Amino acid sequence: MTNSISEGQRQANRERALGVARSGYNFAYLDENTKRMIRRAILKAIAIPGYQVPFGSREMPMPYGWGTGGVQVTAACLTPDDTLKVIDQGADDTTNAVSIRQFFEKTAAVATTTHTHEASIIQTRHRIPEEALSEGQILVYQVPIPEPLRFLEPRETETRKMHALEEYGLMHVKLYEDISHHGRIATTYAYPVKVEGRYVMDPSPIPKFDNPKLGGNAALQLFGAGREQRIYAIPPHTQVVSLDFDDYPFDPGHWEQSCALCGASESYLDEVITDDKGSRMFVCSDTDFCTSRTAAQEDAGKSDRASNGEGAA
Amino acid sequence: MTIRIKVEAVAKEFTLHAQGGVRLPVMSDASMEARGGECTALIGESGAGKSTLMRMIYGNYRTQAGRILIEHQGRSVDMASAEPHEVLEVRRLTLGYVTQFLRVIPRVPTLDVVAEPLLAVGTDIEAARERARALLTRLRVREALWPLSPLTFSGGEQQRVNIARGFAHEYPCLLLDEPTASLDAVNKETVVTMIEEAKARGVAVIGIFHDASVRERICEHQIDVTRFAPQSGAAA
Amino acid sequence: MIGAELLRVEGLTKHYGARIGCADVSFDLREGEVLAIVGESGSGKSTLLNCLSAQLEPSAGTITYLRGDGAALDVYGMSEPARRMLQRTDWAFVYQDARDGLRMSVSAGGNIGERMMAVGNRHYGAIRAEASGWLERVEIGTDRIDDRPSAFSGGMRQRLQIARALATKPRLVFMDEPTGGLDVSVQARLLDMIRALVGQYNLAVILVTHDLAVARLLSHRMMVMTKGHVVEQGLTDQVLDDPQHAYTQQLVSSILQT
Repeated sequence: MTNSISEGQRQANRERALGVARSGYNFAYLDENTKRMIRRAILKAIAIPGYQVPFGSREMPMPYGWGTGGVQVTAACLTPDDTLKVIDQGADDTTNAVSIRQFFEKTAAVATTTHTHEASIIQTRHRIPEEALSEGQILVYQVPIPEPLRFLEPRETETRKMHALEEYGLMHVKLYEDISHHGRIATTYAYPVKVEGRYVMDPSPIPKFDNPKLGGNAALQLFGAGREQRIYAIPPHTQVVSLDFDDYPFDPGHWEQSCALCGASESYLDEVITDDKGSRMFVCSDTDFCTSRTAAQEDAGKSDRASNGEGAA
Repeated sequence: MTIRIKVEAVAKEFTLHAQGGVRLPVMSDASMEARGGECTALIGESGAGKSTLMRMIYGNYRTQAGRILIEHQGRSVDMASAEPHEVLEVRRLTLGYVTQFLRVIPRVPTLDVVAEPLLAVGTDIEAARERARALLTRLRVREALWPLSPLTFSGGEQQRVNIARGFAHEYPCLLLDEPTASLDAVNKETVVTMIEEAKARGVAVIGIFHDASVRERICEHQIDVTRFAPQSGAAA
Repeated sequence: MIGAELLRVEGLTKHYGARIGCADVSFDLREGEVLAIVGESGSGKSTLLNCLSAQLEPSAGTITYLRGDGAALDVYGMSEPARRMLQRTDWAFVYQDARDGLRMSVSAGGNIGERMMAVGNRHYGAIRAEASGWLERVEIGTDRIDDRPSAFSGGMRQRLQIARALATKPRLVFMDEPTGGLDVSVQARLLDMIRALVGQYNLAVILVTHDLAVARLLSHRMMVMTKGHVVEQGLTDQVLDDPQHAYTQQLVSSILQT
C-alpha cells in the first residue's frame, strides 16, 4: 500500500529493499512464488467474504501461535513504500509486536510506526485499533483457530459441508449453551459473526467489544491462520453481523470506568494491578490511542497555561 | 337385520417348511354370514378350525381362496385381499376381537389398555378413561389394579381386562374367542349380559363358546366348522 | 391413524462390489404407519435403512418422498442441500447408540433445541420452553435441562435422543434398534413411550429390529429380510402368526416364549 509519497522517497525505499536483498533475504522474507500463491488466496478470500481459503502455509522463523499466518499475509502484501504498524492486544511495545516489527524491519526494511493513521498495513493480535481506519489501509489479523464451528463439530469434512450448505444452527447451539449456563451470552472474544449474510466467521480472538468495528469498515481486513493454513477476508464496507437471539441481543459490553491515563470512556480498557495490595487501574488497551489523547491534552494544557499566563501578564 | 360379515367359499392351508414343505389343507369352501343383532356360534371339536376361521375373518391368518366381506363405513371390504392399512382401518372402527390372550406393552396401566381402542377412534382421553373405569367396575376388576400393567394379573383378571378392552369401543362387529372360558359364574353372567346388550344395539357377533348353556342362551345360529374340512383331509 | 401415502420405494438395491447389501426392495409407506424391518444381523436391514434415510446412496432404485404440500420428491435426485434440509426437518433418525444421535458435550436443552435453531428459530425463551416440554414428554425431569447427556443413564439418553429427533415434528422417523442394548425394564418403558408418541404425532416410522416382540408391539406392518432380500411382508400380526416363507417360519419358531 502506498500513500502519496515523493519520487525521491520512493527511490530511497527501493534502495533500502535492495540492501535487504544483498543481505541474503528476499524482500519480506518469503520468496516471490510463495507470495504470489498467498496473494491469489487473498484475492479469492476478498472475492468470497468470510470464506476460509486454504493456502500452502510456510514454515516461518517463529513458532506457531506467534502469528505465522498474519506474518505471511503481511509479507505478501508489503511493498517497499509501505509503513507498518504491529500491535499485540492493542499495544505496540509487547514482545510479539516488537519481534514481528523487527522481523519486517530486518527482512523488508520498511518504515514502521506506532501511529494508527500513519500505517498502511497494521498487523494485529486480539484487537482492532480504536481510531477509525480509512480506505487504503489493510488490517491483518493473526488467527489461531479459523473454524467457528469446531467447538461443536470437530470433523473438518462436516464443517466444510455446513459452510457450503449454510447450515449454521450449530452456532446458535453454542450461544444457547452460554445463556443456559451463565444467564447471558458469555462469549466475550472470538464472538462469531455472519459476513454479508452468507458465511459465519470467527473474527479471531478480538474482544466482542471490537465486533461493531468489523462491519462497514473502510479498511481491508485480512485474516491469516498459519498452522491451520487458512486465509479469509472482510473487504471494505462489508456487512458483518454478530450472531444473537431475539431475546438476548448482541451486547458489545461497556465499562463503568474511564481510562485512568487519558480519561477515555469509549475505548477498550485493560485492568492493571498496580501493587501487592490489589490496587488496580483501568487503562486503554490501545496504547497509540491513549498516548495520542494524553499528548493532545498536555498540548491543550500548555496552550491553556500559555494563554492564561498571557492574560495574567 | 343386514348382513355385516359374509364369508364366501374360503380355503386355508398351512405349508410347513420345517417338515419339507408339507402342505396341510385345513379348510375349503367355507361359507357363512353374520347379521346385525344376531350371534353366530362356531362349533366343532377342538382342532376343527373354529379359531382359524375367526382369525381369517380378523385378517390375522391369510386366506388362500374366497372372500371375507365386512361392512365397513358403508362399503364392503374383503379382508382376504385388502391392503394392510385397510385391514387396520376395519379393525380400528368396525371389527372388534376378544382373544384368550392378552398382548400389551409391558408397563402400560390397565386403565389405559382398556381405554386405548377408544383413543384410536378419536375419543378424548377423559371420556375414554371414564368408559374404561365403568367397564372395569362392571367386570369386577379391583380398582387397586387399574394403575398396574395387566401382565402381572391372574388368568381370570386378564380375561376380564381383555373383554373390557374389546367392548370399550362399540364396534358394529365383534369376534369373541372363548370370552367366558376362565371366568366364575358371576362374571360369566356379566359377560353374557354384555353380549346381549351388544346384540340389542345391532352388533353382529361371531363367537366360540365352550359352554353349551351360553350358546343356547345368546346364539341365533350355530355353525359346525367340521363341515368346512377339506374332503381329502377328511379322508386322510 | 393411517393417512395418505408418504414414501414410495421402488427396486432399491445396494451392492458392495459383488456382495449384495439389499436387493430389489419395493414398498409404500403411509402417514402414521409403522413399518418394522426384521432379520438377523447381516440380513441387510441396516443397509436398507441407511439407503432409505438418504445416508447411503443405493446402486439402483428410487425413493420418492411425498411432502405435506403434495410435492413428490426424488430423494436421491434432489440436490444435497435440499436432501439435508429434508433430513433435519421432515425426517429424523434415532440411532441404536444414543451417542451417535446426540451431541454429548451439549446440554439436554441444547440437544433438543438444535433442530429448532437449524430451521431458524432465534428466540432463546421459546426454544427453551419447547425443550422443557419435550423433556416432560419423554419423562426426563426438567431440572436436568442443563445437564449433559454424559451424566444420563442409557435409557435416559435414548429418551433424550428421541426428544431431539421429534422436536421439529418430523413426519417420518427412522429408528435403528432403538431399544437394543438396554435393560429389559428400561426397554419396556421406552417401547411404551415410542408407541404413545408415534400415535400422538401420527408419525410414520421405519423401524429396524431383530427383536420380533418389539416389531409386534410397535409396528403395523413388517418386512422380513434375509441375505439382502425381502422374503415376506405384510400386516405384522399376520406375518408373525401365519408366516408363509420358510425363513419367517424358522425365525418365528426360534424365539423364546414368555
